[in-house]
Amino acid sequence: MSELFYDAAPNATRVAPERSAPRVYPAKPAEVTLFGTCVMDLFFPEAGLDAIRLLEREGLRVHFPQEQSCCGQPAWTSGYVNEARDVARAQLNLLDNGLPVVVPSGSCAGMFRQHYREVFADEPATLKRVADLAGRTFELTEFLLHVCKVQWHDLGQPTRIALHTSCSARREMNTHLHARELLGKLSNVERLDHDHESECCGFGGTFSVRMPEVSGAMVLDKTRSLRESGAAEMVTADGGCLLNINGSLDKQQQAFRGRHLASFLWERVSGEVSS
Amino acid sequence: MSQRIPVTELTDSFRDRAVGALADGQLRTNFRVAMDSLMQKRADAFPDEEEREGLRELGNHIKARALSQLPDLLEQLEAKLTENGIKVHWAETTEQANRIVHGIIESRQGTQVVKGKSMVSEEMEMNDYLAERGVECLESDMGEYIVQLDGEKPSHIIMPAIHKNRRQVSKLFHDKLGVDETEDVNELIQIGRRTLRKKFLEADVGVSGVNFAIAETGTLLLVENEGNGRMSTTAPPVHVAVTGIEKVVGNLRDVVPLLSLLTRSALGQPITTYVNMISGPRKADELDGPEEVHLVLLDNGRSGAFADAQLRQTLNCIRCGACMNHCPVYTRVGGHTYGEVYPGPIGKIITPHMVGLHQVPDHPSASSLCGACGDVCPVKIPIPELLQRLRQENVKSPAEQPQVKDGGAKYSPGERRLWGLWKTLNTRPGLYKLFLWGATRLRVLAPKNVGPWTDNHTAPVPARRSLHDLAKQHLNKGGQ
Repeated sequence: MSELFYDAAPNATRVAPERSAPRVYPAKPAEVTLFGTCVMDLFFPEAGLDAIRLLEREGLRVHFPQEQSCCGQPAWTSGYVNEARDVARAQLNLLDNGLPVVVPSGSCAGMFRQHYREVFADEPATLKRVADLAGRTFELTEFLLHVCKVQWHDLGQPTRIALHTSCSARREMNTHLHARELLGKLSNVERLDHDHESECCGFGGTFSVRMPEVSGAMVLDKTRSLRESGAAEMVTADGGCLLNINGSLDKQQQAFRGRHLASFLWERVSGEVSS
Repeated sequence: MSQRIPVTELTDSFRDRAVGALADGQLRTNFRVAMDSLMQKRADAFPDEEEREGLRELGNHIKARALSQLPDLLEQLEAKLTENGIKVHWAETTEQANRIVHGIIESRQGTQVVKGKSMVSEEMEMNDYLAERGVECLESDMGEYIVQLDGEKPSHIIMPAIHKNRRQVSKLFHDKLGVDETEDVNELIQIGRRTLRKKFLEADVGVSGVNFAIAETGTLLLVENEGNGRMSTTAPPVHVAVTGIEKVVGNLRDVVPLLSLLTRSALGQPITTYVNMISGPRKADELDGPEEVHLVLLDNGRSGAFADAQLRQTLNCIRCGACMNHCPVYTRVGGHTYGEVYPGPIGKIITPHMVGLHQVPDHPSASSLCGACGDVCPVKIPIPELLQRLRQENVKSPAEQPQVKDGGAKYSPGERRLWGLWKTLNTRPGLYKLFLWGATRLRVLAPKNVGPWTDNHTAPVPARRSLHDLAKQHLNKGGQ
């Protein structure tokens, strides 16, 4: 029966990677790069600007390389590896200056930190640079919390909010914990749990157009549980989910809305209403 | 029970079937309620996260070690089973496996088979094969019995009839068995049991699956909660076990953590009501047990997955069903939408090796890659990563030589050109900024209908100015 395995690669059995130790955070740097992400670029630019302001408020000099575009995730998750790799390489090249990279979107940060090593699996030389980028990539809330160690004074009126975390961000970056802890620093903000909080909103990039019926059922359930949570609004640190959830709410003609966490935070700590 | 379950003929797509399932309110409620309860049970069964993660890691390593020695372990298993008096048969295809099983039944002039729960026998469509040859094959697992009675397929690998609620089962029993309707679950189970009890004693052959085949001792281990597995494997004079080649493990020590992972992940049980260890037919000085025991080891595409270092991890699976219990897609569309024996996330990654991607072209895409499945998998199969890999294989051109059976099922030169354009746009900063400029300045011209997206959303309107634009202006002013 060994002939069943005639073409098997010997010693090719994979084991799960070891659980990573809790991330050790560096001291607050003087300068950072903001990777704005393509969704934010076109649909939520003011939230990207609020992210810059939040970082500047902590005394950081923020760079926004004008050559940046997309992390490559849409092609990668669609199976178009070569196209994803070319786009990823362009970002890798422009982020190669050693500065910490802050990303106001968990799934794009996860792409840098977790998936670039799969994208460049066949290029040992590139993998070193990939590991370097992964080591200095931070999701916005994570960076504000653990690197900037923000101390905020909440200038806003008492409010109740629901928090939605993108799945990849939660699983790859623990962003739900970061965002919760960050929101906990705001004395007038009460965070309410919503039903099936950890469940996917149905976006999944191209999944939302390849399987629109299933995706639509998921976002309907998500928007219902958000609305029924008793919160005045939803906040999220992920542009993709926000596009999905707000687009669905608008289609349903619901008044309830979500907004990017960066804008919410900026409003609370600056007292200014986001542009 | 001569009713024949039709062999699955797929004329519609995953998406078509999903539309039907989503419109069925009762079905959706049944799944949501059941999956919520199963998720809670699993969570309660693993109160200590550290212990759980340690155990999952151990489970992963045990399965990886077993797979790395698979050919040797299978040979050891065969030798040991043979020594114990169990006859071992090898089947590369389901057709071969069916022929072997039918041959054994024929050799005993058998006409009645009673079956314990076995997903491999579902893979083989054994009931149909035997029915066509005049052999009646009765499912003895309550859930399997219910779906067989209704001419259906299982909708979940652990709970085959989970798509039905008690009212639907009551009506089914009333219609098919002529009993009074009752919504008392215990009464329903007793009705089923009374019918089945007789059959255990009449059957010529008992068929079962296997949870773990232990090479060192030549033991077939089978877990169950109803006792039907023990009846099916001991009451009839012949016992035929069918299983996939990946179920072999080295020794009994390996089974202990895997068993704990299996029962806790599946139903939140510390252990199942029955744990059967079968190590041979009735001996001369024994009063009961089968006179003959056979094991059919089925490949059915598994060696194809085995041949690839990454996809090999698919074979870690111990069939607990936790991935489907936690899957937001499965919860909404149910198991039948997948149209194949194995539904849910594990079905999406294992079925292509069995039937080829041409038969299940939408399986890899029917996921938001949320990762819930990979998070709960007791043997740490990186399911989202494998789905992504299958997507790669699915869009390859013939020249790129897809490495999965019937790969390239979704190869589309048109779609590839679109991604080529996307790549050009995102690798040429000047072009990208021109695109941003156009999209923001011409935002009023943004289409109101953007394909399937606008089925569920209003069309997204680009902002007045891009972040590139705003950031440049802001930073040029010196920030703050």
